[in-house]
Amino acid sequence: MTPLLELRQVSKFYGTSDWPLSALENISFTIDANRPEIFTIAGESGSGKSTLADLILGFSQPSEGEIYFDGEPVQVGKSGAGAEYYQNVQAIFQDPFGVYNPFYRVQHVFDLAIRNFRLSEGPEHARQLIEEALNVVGLTGDDVLRKYPHQLSGGQRQRIMMARAYLMKPKLIVADEPVSMVDASLRATILDVMMRLRDEKGISFIYITHDLSTAFQVGDRIMMLYQGRVAEQGPASEVITQPKHPYVQLLVDSVPRPDPTQGWEGTIELPSEEADRIPHQAGCRYANRCPMKMAQCSTITPELRALPPSDRLAACFLTHDTVAES
Amino acid sequence: MNNVNQESVMTQKASTPPLTSEPVLKVRHLSVFYETPRGDVRAVDDLDLDLMSGETLGIVGESGCGKSTAAMGILQLVNEPGRIVSGEVWLDDSDLLALTDDDLRKQRWSNLALIPQGAMNSLNPTMTIGAQIKDVIRTHETRLSKVELSQRIDELAAMVGLPNRVIEQYPHELSGGMKQRVCIAMAVALSPSVIIADEATSALDVIVQRVIAQTIQQVRQKLNVALIMIGHDMGLMAQMATRIAVMYAGKVVEIADTNHLFTNPHHPYTRMLIDAIPSLTTKKPLKVTGGLTHDPRNPPSGCIFRLRCPFATDQCAQSAPSMRRLSDGAQVACHHVDSLPKFTKEAS
Repeated sequence: MTPLLELRQVSKFYGTSDWPLSALENISFTIDANRPEIFTIAGESGSGKSTLADLILGFSQPSEGEIYFDGEPVQVGKSGAGAEYYQNVQAIFQDPFGVYNPFYRVQHVFDLAIRNFRLSEGPEHARQLIEEALNVVGLTGDDVLRKYPHQLSGGQRQRIMMARAYLMKPKLIVADEPVSMVDASLRATILDVMMRLRDEKGISFIYITHDLSTAFQVGDRIMMLYQGRVAEQGPASEVITQPKHPYVQLLVDSVPRPDPTQGWEGTIELPSEEADRIPHQAGCRYANRCPMKMAQCSTITPELRALPPSDRLAACFLTHDTVAES
Repeated sequence: MNNVNQESVMTQKASTPPLTSEPVLKVRHLSVFYETPRGDVRAVDDLDLDLMSGETLGIVGESGCGKSTAAMGILQLVNEPGRIVSGEVWLDDSDLLALTDDDLRKQRWSNLALIPQGAMNSLNPTMTIGAQIKDVIRTHETRLSKVELSQRIDELAAMVGLPNRVIEQYPHELSGGMKQRVCIAMAVALSPSVIIADEATSALDVIVQRVIAQTIQQVRQKLNVALIMIGHDMGLMAQMATRIAVMYAGKVVEIADTNHLFTNPHHPYTRMLIDAIPSLTTKKPLKVTGGLTHDPRNPPSGCIFRLRCPFATDQCAQSAPSMRRLSDGAQVACHHVDSLPKFTKEAS
């Protein structure tokens, strides 16, 4: 296996040295260069998913641990990780309305990218590149290039962003909540583009989302974060249909089912507030909410351990025990 | 499910029989347009709705379909450049659209309350939670003593599951879910007969959303209040609503019981919405639906949905279908509702 992206024990702390707060702790995973995949990172707000995106995109530097891309450590300088890195790693963000300058036509988005990355050998070549990129996402230049952003739907705008990212022929695209502001009936068009870029162009995705149903539909592997730590990780369909970690179980259970006969079972209570997240604090962060809490849970941090024979990992003593028994 | 809790904490309306056949709120021919330099946008076009006592009516549709504008129209809170072009909104024998501003103010909160979209931004950052709830009550009930008032606030906080200390706190000290509860407490403070919840849980995480949705359900049952729930999440609607109205481009295209709507949707647009719900249990190929909503300034002739409808015919271009009640009780606006192929969920 040749790793494309590798995170080794990455942590990110905010705050001051007197009062450090943990955003992300001990994240490790690898994406194989020869097996393009949609790697989903899921969790609630504050779980650290966007912090993770920032780190991978070189917008900020890990407090601990290293990130490698193509075997090289990612260097974060004044302008992020540098032009060469962004040729390989592109990003798509949540808000398809906010990323456009309303005064310029769509053409401008592509012109800028081509100029900044010196992608073309001339105007004719540039036109070809743009047309090709738009075709990949199911649009044509005649449809959109002369239009202003407000004349396009949210779904079209997001697909244009995908085309712009594709223009660079990247190896990895970090998609941070790309469909959460797009209508349900148009979501499929964007997810479909992601799957096609993976299958036909060999581009891997870091797909960051809070929406488990789209993660289930398009994700290959999933990493479920809870308060900056990995709760469970593995093949998306397995983790979502048979979650092992009690938090992931509650999360999956709470997604409202589009079936009036299948209601939520029982009522749940939330703790009135969250404690400060102290870096490397001992104990499971979910312990005070967990219905299955045991004595060790608040004093020892459960490791993220494999659950053989599956490809799954979970950070919960309950799953550790089942491994020990078998 | 309709075992209305009669031992209510603070309602004067506990004696109201649950689910009478008489609607508490009647909307007739409501139209709200937004003025633009290139013509009016028909955000809500000739809307008819009945809200029955004690029910939860869901209004669903995609962004821009007019669902929030409909709520604002009912509440008379349409801002410039929007205007209410026509219509009547009947609440307990008075037409809200015909009231003077003063009379209308008395109706709001006390008879008709709103849980707004993005509750996090609708609270005053400079006032404590208690002071804001007090404000709502004081405006309408001037004769309460200090003790009674703070008792009332304690009861409200308890009802929506807020710890007592929150009353002394400021909005920035609370999480999104807590702020949403504050908004629910304010909405029920004067035990209104109708509450409109506009995307009240959309900005929340799923677990918090579930807790808030349950809080709304409990409060609704306790007070026997009728609820209009506006949203785009079909899963949440399935869990919460007794009936659902589907809106497309300013028009209601189908109204049906929730169970019916999910098992046997009639209108082609309703079917499209239900098909677009991503499943959590079965992987199915993504259904890429083409077509975009038309320019709202320039709606097509005839049926509003015909440009995206796979079943559209010449008839659909010639005349707009009117709402028709079918034998299963659903009301549908579609010329071809009798000849459409049977709906099957594409689960396999």
